[in-house]
Amino acid sequence: MITILNWVALLIAVITSIGLLLQRDWRVGLGLLAIQYLSIFWLVQTHWPISMAAGKLVTGWMACAVLGMAQLNNNTSPVAEAAWPQGRLFRIFTAGIISAATFALSLRASSWLGLSLPIAWGSLLLTGMGLLQLGISAQPFRVSLGLLTILAGFEILYAAVESSTLVAALLSAITLGLALAGAYLLNMSQEGKA
Amino acid sequence: MLLRNQKMITLIACIFTLFLTLAAWLLPVDTIMVIGTWSFKLTSSINILGRSLVLGSADQSLLALIYGSAVVWFAAASVTQTVRRLNSLGLAIVALLVAALAVEPFLYAALLVEMAVLLSIPLLAAPGKSPGKGLVRFLIFQTLAMPFILFSGWLLAGIDANPGDLGLVQQAALLIGLGFTFLLAIFPFHSWIPLLAEESSPIIVGFILWMFPTVALFFGLGFLNHYSWLRDASDLNNVLTSVGLLMVVSGGILAAFQQHLGRILGYAVIMETGFSILSINLEKTGGLNTFFMFLVPRTICLVIWALSLEVLKRQTPSLSLSDVKGMVRSSPFATSGVVLANLAIAGMPLLAGFPPHQAIWERLAATSLPSVIWVITGTLGLFFSAVRVMLSVSAFPEGAHWEPQETSAQRVILSIGFLVLLLLGLFPQWMSPLWMKLPAIFSHLGQ
Repeated sequence: MITILNWVALLIAVITSIGLLLQRDWRVGLGLLAIQYLSIFWLVQTHWPISMAAGKLVTGWMACAVLGMAQLNNNTSPVAEAAWPQGRLFRIFTAGIISAATFALSLRASSWLGLSLPIAWGSLLLTGMGLLQLGISAQPFRVSLGLLTILAGFEILYAAVESSTLVAALLSAITLGLALAGAYLLNMSQEGKA
Repeated sequence: MLLRNQKMITLIACIFTLFLTLAAWLLPVDTIMVIGTWSFKLTSSINILGRSLVLGSADQSLLALIYGSAVVWFAAASVTQTVRRLNSLGLAIVALLVAALAVEPFLYAALLVEMAVLLSIPLLAAPGKSPGKGLVRFLIFQTLAMPFILFSGWLLAGIDANPGDLGLVQQAALLIGLGFTFLLAIFPFHSWIPLLAEESSPIIVGFILWMFPTVALFFGLGFLNHYSWLRDASDLNNVLTSVGLLMVVSGGILAAFQQHLGRILGYAVIMETGFSILSINLEKTGGLNTFFMFLVPRTICLVIWALSLEVLKRQTPSLSLSDVKGMVRSSPFATSGVVLANLAIAGMPLLAGFPPHQAIWERLAATSLPSVIWVITGTLGLFFSAVRVMLSVSAFPEGAHWEPQETSAQRVILSIGFLVLLLLGLFPQWMSPLWMKLPAIFSHLGQ
């Protein structure tokens, strides 16, 4: 049963991470990120006590709330990226490549680290999708989503090898800090006008 | 009322930091001190959530160096108008980075460095402007360093248990290498430095570009000190030499072709990191002393350079060479500061940067002559950029009058800086008490 739920969590991670790449509405993006943190919570709790894993969920949702409030205050219209293709087809294609590459990697990683395949693939997939997000956009909101996704992917893998309370606390603080830094960057232009 | 008085805030920050510097230098650790009826003890460690922050007596000189340098930055920043946040956020960043050097196991430092990076964002971001590419890349690249270093920590624990596993050693070395490539802004992940130096306040960028590479280099030395397999790896010399030379050459040559004074500063910092990496590589021939010799002159040069740019930025639309043309007549101290600091970092004789550069040229020449040629190429590039700046600022129209616009405080601080640059060039041995004490931090290096 738990194995099936791990696969369900992985499926949610796949859908939300690809959705984050394709979405153009920030509300949809933050909703997807919030759902993504549910799958992260499930994958992390296989190695950590549920109370510590719940910390990841709460922190992730707080990060979503911070970014959401910043976007509500942000009146500037998003600037189109100059250098990269914007089409959905391109993004789906690259997401497909990342999914395939991370699947191949996760087969080796799961045996090397002694993890189940959904956890290894989930971690590498989120890291890859986050890197892709960073690679195709320089807008603060999308960069924040990308960094949070990369960090989430790393945390799944790291939870399997490290269960220190201090590390968990610092990683949660960094997740919140990234969201706050993103929010600050989003509202920078407003701050000067006020 | 107190919080609105900027001069008072700066004064408090400087006095507090100076007090910390003196405490770090003078007060003994783990010894009971008695003052009248009152006794106290500075313990070397505190525990937080099962992990320790340890600062023993060997670390006192490093603490004094870091906080002493922070005093210099805060004092220099006090004569500019853009640094209201530097005192508070700067102190917090310094504290976090000191904690990063003190945390045990020391691999957790990556987390504390990342927190300092996040705290730097409001410091570097100018209100009222959209975030520039440099700031976003700074956040991305420094954040990407953390996972690599943390994960390498787990692999290193595996190597401790099973030192013969060559595959594990290679994987750990690769992850450490990637982590430090991001952390030290090694090519090709260096692009944020010149961009940030162009976009943000020069004095704040100078502070960040002094603080982060310095702590990252000490963090890297911690790795070498802690892991004998890494220290004794046969390829380590080649890797460090290649990386150091790449940074020196690319930094120097690219600096020569820049049109923006801030970007030249950025490339000079890249070059200086390269020199530090080269000096770490010369550790077996006494090079670690050279690494420590760089610290004080670099701090002084960066402070003068960044302060001068900050002063110039107030008087011109941008810091491009075309906009600062002829400014020697309106800002003689600031323009002299830019040129002098540039020449000092390039290793010009009689200035503070010369003794450590001369030491590294000498030691490098004893091991590899082609490396010296590459280093000279990079140095000439930075020297050429100083000449270009000098020609540009002195190209004033005929009949232009001397109308200095710097404030008296700016002139005094810059003059003191020039004097220190010259004195450290003439009497480098004045810094020897520091060089003698610093190697004690790394008990396994330079032995």
